[in-house]
Amino acid sequence: MSNRLPTGGRVDRSAPLRFTFDGVEYTGLRGDTLASALLANGVLTVGPSLYRERPRGIVTAGVDDPHALVQLERPHSEPMQLATTVELCDGLAAISLQGRGRLDEAPDEARYDKSYLHSDVLVVGGGPAGLAAALTAGRSGARVVLVDDQPELGGALLGGGREAIDGRPALTWVAEVRAELDAQPETRVLTRATAIGYHDQNYVLVAERRPDLPGGGGRLWHFRARQVVLATGAHERPLVFAGNDRPGVMSAAAVRSYLNRHAVLPGRRAVVFTTGDSAYATALELAAAGAAVPALVDTRPEPPAALVEAAGAAGIEVLTGSVVVGTEGEARLTGVRISALADDGSELTGPVRELACDLLAVCGGWSPAVHLWSMSRGTVRYDEQLAAFVPDSAAQAVRAVGSGRGRHDLAGCLSEGLTAGAEAATAAGFPVTAPVVPSCSGDEQPAPPRPVWLVPGEEGDPSTWRDHFVDAQRDATVADVHRAIRAGMRSVEHIKRYTTIGTAHDQGKSCGVAAIGVIAQLLGARSPGDVGTTTYRGPYVPVSFALLAGRERGPLFDPVRTTPVHPWHVRRGAVFENVGQWQRPHYYPRPGEDMDTAVWRECRAAREGVAMMDASTLGKIDVVGPDAGVFLDRLYTNGFAKLPVGSARYGVMCRADGMVFDDGVTVRLAPEHYYLTTTTGNAAAVLDWMEEWLQTEWPELRVRCTSVTEQWTTVAVVGPRSREVLAALAPGLDVSNEAFPFMTVRHTELANGVPARICRISFSGELAYEINVASWYGLAVWEAVLAYGAHAGITPYGTETMHVLRAEKGYPIVGQDTDGTVTPQDLGMAWIVARHKDFVGKRSFDRPDTSRADRKHLVGLLPVDRSELLPEGAQLVAPGADLAAVPVDPLGHVTSSYRSAALGRTFALALVRGGRDRIGDTVLAPLADGRTITATITEPVLFDPKGTRRDG
Amino acid sequence: MTADSLAADNRAVDRLAHLRRSPLGGLADRLAAGSAPGPRGVRLREIPYLAQLNLRLDPIGPAARRVAEALGTPLPDRTASVTVTGALRVLWLGPDEWLVVGPDGTAPGVEQTLRQVLGDEPGSLVDLSANRTTLELSGPSARAVLEHGCSLDLHPRAFGPGHCAQTTVSKVQVILDQTDAEPTYRLLVRASFARYLADWLLDAMSESTP
Repeated sequence: MSNRLPTGGRVDRSAPLRFTFDGVEYTGLRGDTLASALLANGVLTVGPSLYRERPRGIVTAGVDDPHALVQLERPHSEPMQLATTVELCDGLAAISLQGRGRLDEAPDEARYDKSYLHSDVLVVGGGPAGLAAALTAGRSGARVVLVDDQPELGGALLGGGREAIDGRPALTWVAEVRAELDAQPETRVLTRATAIGYHDQNYVLVAERRPDLPGGGGRLWHFRARQVVLATGAHERPLVFAGNDRPGVMSAAAVRSYLNRHAVLPGRRAVVFTTGDSAYATALELAAAGAAVPALVDTRPEPPAALVEAAGAAGIEVLTGSVVVGTEGEARLTGVRISALADDGSELTGPVRELACDLLAVCGGWSPAVHLWSMSRGTVRYDEQLAAFVPDSAAQAVRAVGSGRGRHDLAGCLSEGLTAGAEAATAAGFPVTAPVVPSCSGDEQPAPPRPVWLVPGEEGDPSTWRDHFVDAQRDATVADVHRAIRAGMRSVEHIKRYTTIGTAHDQGKSCGVAAIGVIAQLLGARSPGDVGTTTYRGPYVPVSFALLAGRERGPLFDPVRTTPVHPWHVRRGAVFENVGQWQRPHYYPRPGEDMDTAVWRECRAAREGVAMMDASTLGKIDVVGPDAGVFLDRLYTNGFAKLPVGSARYGVMCRADGMVFDDGVTVRLAPEHYYLTTTTGNAAAVLDWMEEWLQTEWPELRVRCTSVTEQWTTVAVVGPRSREVLAALAPGLDVSNEAFPFMTVRHTELANGVPARICRISFSGELAYEINVASWYGLAVWEAVLAYGAHAGITPYGTETMHVLRAEKGYPIVGQDTDGTVTPQDLGMAWIVARHKDFVGKRSFDRPDTSRADRKHLVGLLPVDRSELLPEGAQLVAPGADLAAVPVDPLGHVTSSYRSAALGRTFALALVRGGRDRIGDTVLAPLADGRTITATITEPVLFDPKGTRRDG
Repeated sequence: MTADSLAADNRAVDRLAHLRRSPLGGLADRLAAGSAPGPRGVRLREIPYLAQLNLRLDPIGPAARRVAEALGTPLPDRTASVTVTGALRVLWLGPDEWLVVGPDGTAPGVEQTLRQVLGDEPGSLVDLSANRTTLELSGPSARAVLEHGCSLDLHPRAFGPGHCAQTTVSKVQVILDQTDAEPTYRLLVRASFARYLADWLLDAMSESTP
C-alpha cells in the first residue's frame, strides 16, 4: 500500500532508495526521513512500549517523537536513533526498538571531531525568524553563524505550503535568503547541526551530523558568540485522553509536514483534534490531498468564524467545545469517541459520538522550545493567553524570537527575526538597521487557544486512568501522577522523579509541558504557571560518546610524553611504564628474562658494578633572583639560603597542613640562581605552588621561577664503578672524592664536546652522578655514557630497579609511600625540619594531631618467609587481632614491596601506627585470597644503614 | 646584535651539530607527506633548534630600557603581542615575561648581550632553546586546522601577524606565534609533547589534504 501522493513534496522522485525495516524491504525517496518513508509504505507501527508492550506508532516529524526509536544497522550501526530524524539513504537498514538499543561491538569507523568557532552573532534555527535574523546581521558585515538541525533551511515552512512572502511561495524567499547568506563572506551556514548546550559567556555546543563522510560521523562545534539569537521554534503538544498512545494518533503539525514536505498521506480517514487554530490547516490540506476528514474537534466553544467556514467549505464538520475521549483499535486506530466538554473542563457533558478513522491528528497547543534559553539561565514565565511557557528575562547576551517565544504568525516571526538580527549585530559592534518586513500571507496570528490539560475519562477517576498516557515513552499515565500526588509530592521535580516522566530519550520534549498541565489539574492549581517547569538540561538531543570523544581516542587519546633517549629505549626492547603522561622504561629484559629476573640483574649491576638510567622526566625549575634563597627557605622544611654555591641539598616541601607535598634535590649554581628538581609527577604542581606563593603572599620577593624540565636530559650513572666511567667520559674533570665530593655540582665539557652539568647525588646509596646536558644532545650523551661504560659492563635500568634501590635505603617516594596525610616526622625525617626558621606547614606541627605518638610511621617490613612478597596496599593487623570484628582494628598498610638482590630476600616499606615503637614486633597481613603473611617490623633503612657506599 | 657575535655562536653549534637530535627530526618525511599545496592546502614542518631565551624583568625599570636598546626594539607591552628586530622575535608572555626567539645558534650571543645590560637589576634570563621545538603550520587551511583544537579566536579580525598566545592545541600547551597573513603559525611546543602534537596536527590536516 503506497501512501505517497502522486505529486508535490520536497522529495526526489528520480532517486528511489531501497531500505529495510525489521527485515522487510521497502523503497523510499531522497529527501525522506526513515519515518516518512515508512509512512509512505503504510508502515505506521514502530516498537512496542517499554513496560506495557502496547503497540506504538510514529507521532511527530522531528526530535520530539516519543515512540519511533530504531536501531540503525546500515549504513552505520547506531543505537537508539529516532526514525523521524534519520535521513533515508540507499541501503539503509533499521530495526524497531523497545526502549534500549545496543552498541555494536565492531569498531566504529565513523569520524568524529570538533572545532572551535567564534562569531559576532550566532543564530540558532533556520526557520523564518532565524533566517531573517541571520540575514540582517550578515548584512552588517559581522561574523554570523546560522545553525539549523535540518538538511535544508526553512524550518516550519518546509512542512507548510500555503505561506507566501512578498506574494511568492515562502520557500522561494528561503532560497533567496540562503543565496544571500552564502554570498556574505563572513557568514557561515551549518545545516544538520543541532545546538545541544548553552553555557556561560555565550558558549554554545552544536552537534553537526556529517552523513557525507565515508564512514559517517560528525563534528562537535564549540561556538563562542558575542550575541546569540535563539529562533528555536516550538513543539506541538500532545493531549492527554484515554487511548492517546494508539498508533494512528499523531501530531497535527507532523501530519501536515508529512503531507507537504514528503508528499505522504499518513491516513485515509482523519479526525483532527485541536485546542487552537493551527490544526485547521492540517484538516484542510488533508482534505485537499484526498483524505476523508469527517470531523474537526475543537475544544473552543467559538473558534474563529473564518476557520469554521473554510472547514465547512471543505466538507469538514467542526465539533466545537468538544474533545476526543477515547480511541478504538488494536495495532492501529480504527475510530475515536467524541464528547462535549463542560466549560470548566471538569466533566464530559454530551453524549459520546463514535467516528471511524485511521488517523487522529492532535494539536494540544504549542510549547516554545525554551530549552537553550533555559540552559543559558534565562527565566521562563507562563503566558496565560498563549497557554505556554515563554522566555522571560535573559541572563546572557541572547534574544529569543519567533515561535520560540510564542510568536506564531509568519509576519511576526519575520519582524522579530529582522529586528533581533539588527540589534544583535549592532550590539556586537556592527551597526545595521532592520529592513522593512515583507508582506506575508497564509499564516496569520492565531486566535487564543483553549488548553485542555486533562480530558476526563468516560468513567472512573484520575486514580484509575491508566490509559491516559502522560509520558508514553515511560508508560507513565494520569494514574501514576495521581499516585505521586497522593504520596505527598507537590513539586514538579519530585513528581518527575517519582513517575519518571520526562526522563526517556526525548527528555520531555513532547510530554513535558503536557505533564505540567496534568499535575496542575490534579493539584487543583490555578494554572501550569503555578507548578512551573522542571530544569532543562543539555544535551538538547541525545549525542553519542563518540562525538564527545572526537579524535581524542586510540593513539590520540592523551599525549604520550617521551624523553630524547626514548628511541634508544625502544630499540633496546625496554618494557615501558606510564608515569603520568610520561612513558618511562620500566625494565630492560634480556631474551628469556621475566621482570623479576631483569630487575634482579639491573639491581646487582647498580650495587656491584655500574648502571645507568634516564632520569630526564624529573621536574626542573630555575629559581633566580636576589631573594631566591629566602624563598626556598620558606617553601622547604630545611634551609637553602646558606647553601654554598656549587653545592646540592635534598629538601622536603609541605603543604600548609604540614603534610609532605614534594621532595627533591636543589643545587645552587650561583649566588642568585638555584636549580631545583621535583618528582616526575609533581613538576607542574610544584611550579604552580611556587607561583601561587610568590604572586599572592610574597610579591615583594625578587624571585622568578622558570620551568626547565625539558631543557635538560638527565642521565644517572650509578654504582661502585661509576667514577671510572665518568672519568673517561669527562676527561677534563677531576672526579676524585676530594675534588668532586658528594652533593656538589661541576660544569665540564664531555669527551664528545657537549657541555654538561654534573651533580654528585644518589638515589640508591651508591656512588652516583647525574649528568645534565641540553636535551637535543641527550641521545648522543646517553650513547656516549654507554660506550664509555661498556668495559665496565654498564647496565641500563628502569624505574622498577630505581624503586628497589631507593626502597632498600628507606628513601620514600612522595605519592607512593605518602598520601597527603604523612608528615616529614612520620617518615622518620625530623632531621630535615628546621626549628629556627619559618616555612609553609611549620605551624601545623604544633597541632596536637601532628605530634601524636601513635601516628603512622614509615617502617620496613621483612616477611618471615624470605621469599614471600607482600602485596602493595596490603592491610596490616596485630597478631591476635580479631579478624571477625567490624571494623578490624588496622595497624597500617604496605606502601612499597620488592624482591631485593642486595638483601637476598623480599622486603617492604609500610606506614604503621606507632611503627617506630614497634621495631622488632610481628605484624600480620591477611590477604583477600585467605593467606596471611607474617612480617617483622624493622627500621626503614635495610641496606648499608651507615652509608659506607656513597663515596665509592 | 652584531653580525660577528652571531657568526661566533654558529661556529660553536656547527662543531656539535652532528650530535644534536631535534624532537621531530625523524618525522620530517611524514610531515612533508601530510602537507599539500593549493588553495585549500596546508603545510607542516619542524623548525628545529630555534634560540629561545626566557626573559623576566620589571617592564618599566631601567633594565627594560637597556634591553630595548640592546635588542633594537622595545619589549612588547601589549598583551600577547610580538615585536620583530632583525632575525629576533620578542614574544609577550606576561606582564613581566618575554620570550626572545632567534635563529639556531644565536642563543649564547643574545644571552651574553642581555645579561650584560641586565646588570644587577633583579630579573631572570633562562636559555630554553632545547626545552621546546617549533612546528610551523602554514597555508590557506592552516587556521581551520588549528581551530580543530584551539579555542582562541584566530580570525584575522582578532588574531594576526604580531600576535602570540600561550594556549593549548588539542591537549598540548603551546606558544602560538603568527608570523604572516597567509596564514603561517609557529607552535612552540615542549619537546616531550612534540610528537603527540605533530600526530594530532597531521590527523587534523588529513581533512584539508585528502
